[in-house]
Amino acid sequence: MSESNLAVDTTSDPATLDSTALAPDKANPLLRVSNLKTVFRQGDSTVNAVNGVSFDVRRGETLAIVGESGSGKSVTAMSILRLIPSPPGEITEGEIEFDGRDLLGMSDEEIRRIRGNEIAMIFQEPMTSLNPVLSVKRQLSEPMEVHRKVARKGVLKRCIDLLRQVRISDPESRVNAYPHQFSGGMRQRVMIAMGLACEPRLIIADEPTTALDVTVQAQILELLKDLTREHGSSMILITHDLGVVARYADRINVMYAGKIVERGTALEIFGNPRHPYTLGLMESMPSLNAETGTRLRPIEGQPPDLSDPPPGCPFHPRCRFAVERCKQEMPPLEQLSEEHWKACWVEDLNAKRQS
Amino acid sequence: MHEALVQNTPAAAPARRRGKRFEFMGRLFRERPLGAVGAMICLLLLLTGVFADVIAPAGYNAINPIDRLQAPSAEYWFGTDQIGRDVFSRIVHGAQLSVIVAFAATTLSIFISVVIGVTSSYFGGRFDMYTQRLVDGWMCFPDLILLIVAVSVLGPGIWQVILILGLLFGIAGSRIVRSAGLSAKENVFVHAARSMGASTLRILLRHILPNVMAPIIVLYTTRLAAVILAESGLSFLGLGIPPPTPSWGGMLSLDGRSYMFQAPWLAIIPGVALTLAVFGINMFGDALRDLLDPRMRGGGGRYVAQVRRKPKAEPAPVNAQPTSSTEV
Amino acid sequence: MGSYILRRLLALIPTLLIASVIVFSVVRLVPGNVLDLMLSQNDYSSSSRDTRGALEEALGLDQPLYIQYLDWMGDILLRGDMGNSLWRNTPVIEEIGARLPVTLELGILSLLIALAIAIPVGIYSAVRQETMGDHIGRSFSIIALAVPNFWLGTMVVILPAMWWGWSPPNRIEPFFEAPLENLKVFLLPSLILGASLSAVIMRMTRTMMLEVLRQDYVRTAWAKGVPERTVVLRHGVKNAMIPVLTLVGVLVPILFGGTVIIEQIFRLPGIGQLLLDSVNSRDYPIITGIFLVSGVMVMTVNLLIDLCYGLLDPKMRY
Repeated sequence: MSESNLAVDTTSDPATLDSTALAPDKANPLLRVSNLKTVFRQGDSTVNAVNGVSFDVRRGETLAIVGESGSGKSVTAMSILRLIPSPPGEITEGEIEFDGRDLLGMSDEEIRRIRGNEIAMIFQEPMTSLNPVLSVKRQLSEPMEVHRKVARKGVLKRCIDLLRQVRISDPESRVNAYPHQFSGGMRQRVMIAMGLACEPRLIIADEPTTALDVTVQAQILELLKDLTREHGSSMILITHDLGVVARYADRINVMYAGKIVERGTALEIFGNPRHPYTLGLMESMPSLNAETGTRLRPIEGQPPDLSDPPPGCPFHPRCRFAVERCKQEMPPLEQLSEEHWKACWVEDLNAKRQS
Repeated sequence: MHEALVQNTPAAAPARRRGKRFEFMGRLFRERPLGAVGAMICLLLLLTGVFADVIAPAGYNAINPIDRLQAPSAEYWFGTDQIGRDVFSRIVHGAQLSVIVAFAATTLSIFISVVIGVTSSYFGGRFDMYTQRLVDGWMCFPDLILLIVAVSVLGPGIWQVILILGLLFGIAGSRIVRSAGLSAKENVFVHAARSMGASTLRILLRHILPNVMAPIIVLYTTRLAAVILAESGLSFLGLGIPPPTPSWGGMLSLDGRSYMFQAPWLAIIPGVALTLAVFGINMFGDALRDLLDPRMRGGGGRYVAQVRRKPKAEPAPVNAQPTSSTEV
Repeated sequence: MGSYILRRLLALIPTLLIASVIVFSVVRLVPGNVLDLMLSQNDYSSSSRDTRGALEEALGLDQPLYIQYLDWMGDILLRGDMGNSLWRNTPVIEEIGARLPVTLELGILSLLIALAIAIPVGIYSAVRQETMGDHIGRSFSIIALAVPNFWLGTMVVILPAMWWGWSPPNRIEPFFEAPLENLKVFLLPSLILGASLSAVIMRMTRTMMLEVLRQDYVRTAWAKGVPERTVVLRHGVKNAMIPVLTLVGVLVPILFGGTVIIEQIFRLPGIGQLLLDSVNSRDYPIITGIFLVSGVMVMTVNLLIDLCYGLLDPKMRY
């Protein structure tokens, strides 16, 4: 199913919470994902982790992908770089265009040259994502050695410089240290530095702050924001934390059970959520402004079994707005405004909203 | 990432009516066929050992000098040795010996390992430290040398061998049980039981022990093989079970070496029996471990996703109207 | 790193003490036997009380145990005296010293051969899982683990003799004078001893490599665009070798045990032969001496391995 409709309107400058200096270019996005499907085969069962996902990332913008665990957001991100381990995993459909090149059609060697170089990925677990037996300098210099032939002398200076960019104090001595000598927050900074080493055009940050303390989370996110702005790179920010998304994302994709269920600018999503799942996410966030004694409203039920999903909309068993049609037919993504799309049969959530 | 997906799939395949035992057997045969072969060899060994007297045509020491050094034939399936004993009968009785010694010594060793390992890990502190020092000291010695020295002090004989093997492997194995015990101890329900005032013995038996079972079972099978090899090694050197009792290792011993030139089957057959037995036990033990330890399944692949897309159909003509797009 | 070495050395001392106590007590377990045997062997005309008593006193067996222990340890530590062989009345130290190089060479060669085979095959097996090479490697190791090394050794000695009239060479030239001749003698025995060892190491290497290759930091390396070979060798192997090193430490005692058997089969004049002869002749001072020396050797090897940990794993150093 082609997404050519997205490219029709060429006006730019969507409303964002954080007005960036760059105006993202709709017509010529940096990355375009079309109908991506990634599966995992385990014995007899096949898990449809990503089940027909399409979106684009424009130059200079920060796109958030939001969803709970199992929604397929991480797998989507890893599919972009084809970082899925291949005996169980396989990409069965779709196109991924990066700056005009089809990533899925590339050879192993070609995609290798893009990884860490033009597209960099930052992972969730800083404690385990760094190699414990190699020094920080070694790991920082690796992408530079692999992708650009950098002179040995220059390498050390560049490593120190990178550490300074991510605001690690005393980088000259830190550069020779080992990962176990750093705290979690600092390790994540090292990961970010590693990602920036070759000045990528796109950074994919997979839950970069989930494993960190709350105070450190804010620092890391600010750092990411500043760095992407400085370098003019785009970022895909994957998270389940709506608070993070509100401050740092230009546009948001909400994913559920391997599909995108709502898409829009940050303002639209927060101000006017049109999918019951998005609404549920908003409502389940504890608010500092609520009166004491207000109960949290979790979303009832469990995520579906991805190897045997129910027919129709995957959310319907947990949806309090569900109608008969939801059980039988999968709703397509329907455009509501220039950037705002939803995949839901129910027209107006306000009419049915209780509380 | 992958783990998050596993969360979503149901824990087991559709529920089966059969009991866990049969499911296990089925899995064994389907997923680890080599292990199933091993299991059958073990069964064969066990049965031969138990029913040795019935299976063997002759006693293990039926001397028959007339028929010495006969090659394998219809009458003597494995031939005869230098004093005319039927090698087949000796092999069969040897199986019985192996089975007895193996199970006795292994059970003893596991018992010792569990007692030392579990108490050491559970009580911790100085008791643990002293015990571990002792174990360290004990494990400094090459096992065969330790065995030889012990035999030199205690003398040869089946009970001595069982005792020595049990003790040696028992102390060595306590390490493994101890590390399993340490991680079992950290479990929440142990703390819970203790806070409810459960007695130490009860905690040990009902909470710690069941959680250490899996490594113990695997340890048991590896020990079985090790004991058989150790006993046959000792007998080979003339220090284990004394003749005429037919230990397979003893049948290979150097006393008979000169005869082996004339009658190679004397050298080949006991070795094959040993190899087969150890092979069977190892295979079964491996399969057991693989099946008991779910983490090992789903191997790590290369991180380059294979792309298998269906060939693209003719692209539909672009619809100029920005109505609702279709998303599958 | 220096303090690490020092700490390791200090930790060794209590272990040494306990080991020496074990040696002491094992052989003293049945003192009656020792005396009776000695008496019967040395052919005293009558085992009258007097003679027995005199012998007891002479051997210091009438003293309380702890004094015996202190005497014994004192002799060893201060004068390097482990007593004399009952048979030949030569110092135990000499007897052992004469044969130690043979056993050491056999052991070292076997270990080197085992590592040289096992580690590359193990790594390859892990990286190319489920391919032909993997299956061949694993089949080899399965078989090698099951075949008793004494049987293999016996076969290797007997069959060529039967078929071609060939026997493995037996005369040992000192290594530094005639290395090639020397190696010819040791090659076959080391291969046999190394074979089963390599099977165990190979399996461990493969398992650990698989484990390591699943780790997050390996995924990070792939994500950086590092080529596969570098991922395996630089990121994978270094981490996987740490537990493999532990395994080697565990295997060394078994290796020493294996030398006893192999020396017997190939008729190499090493410590194993000496031990067996001594057991047959009840030469307890030699048995005790070999027991102690073997323990010390293992401890030394473990110390070396601990040092290697320091090299591989930065967590130990800092």
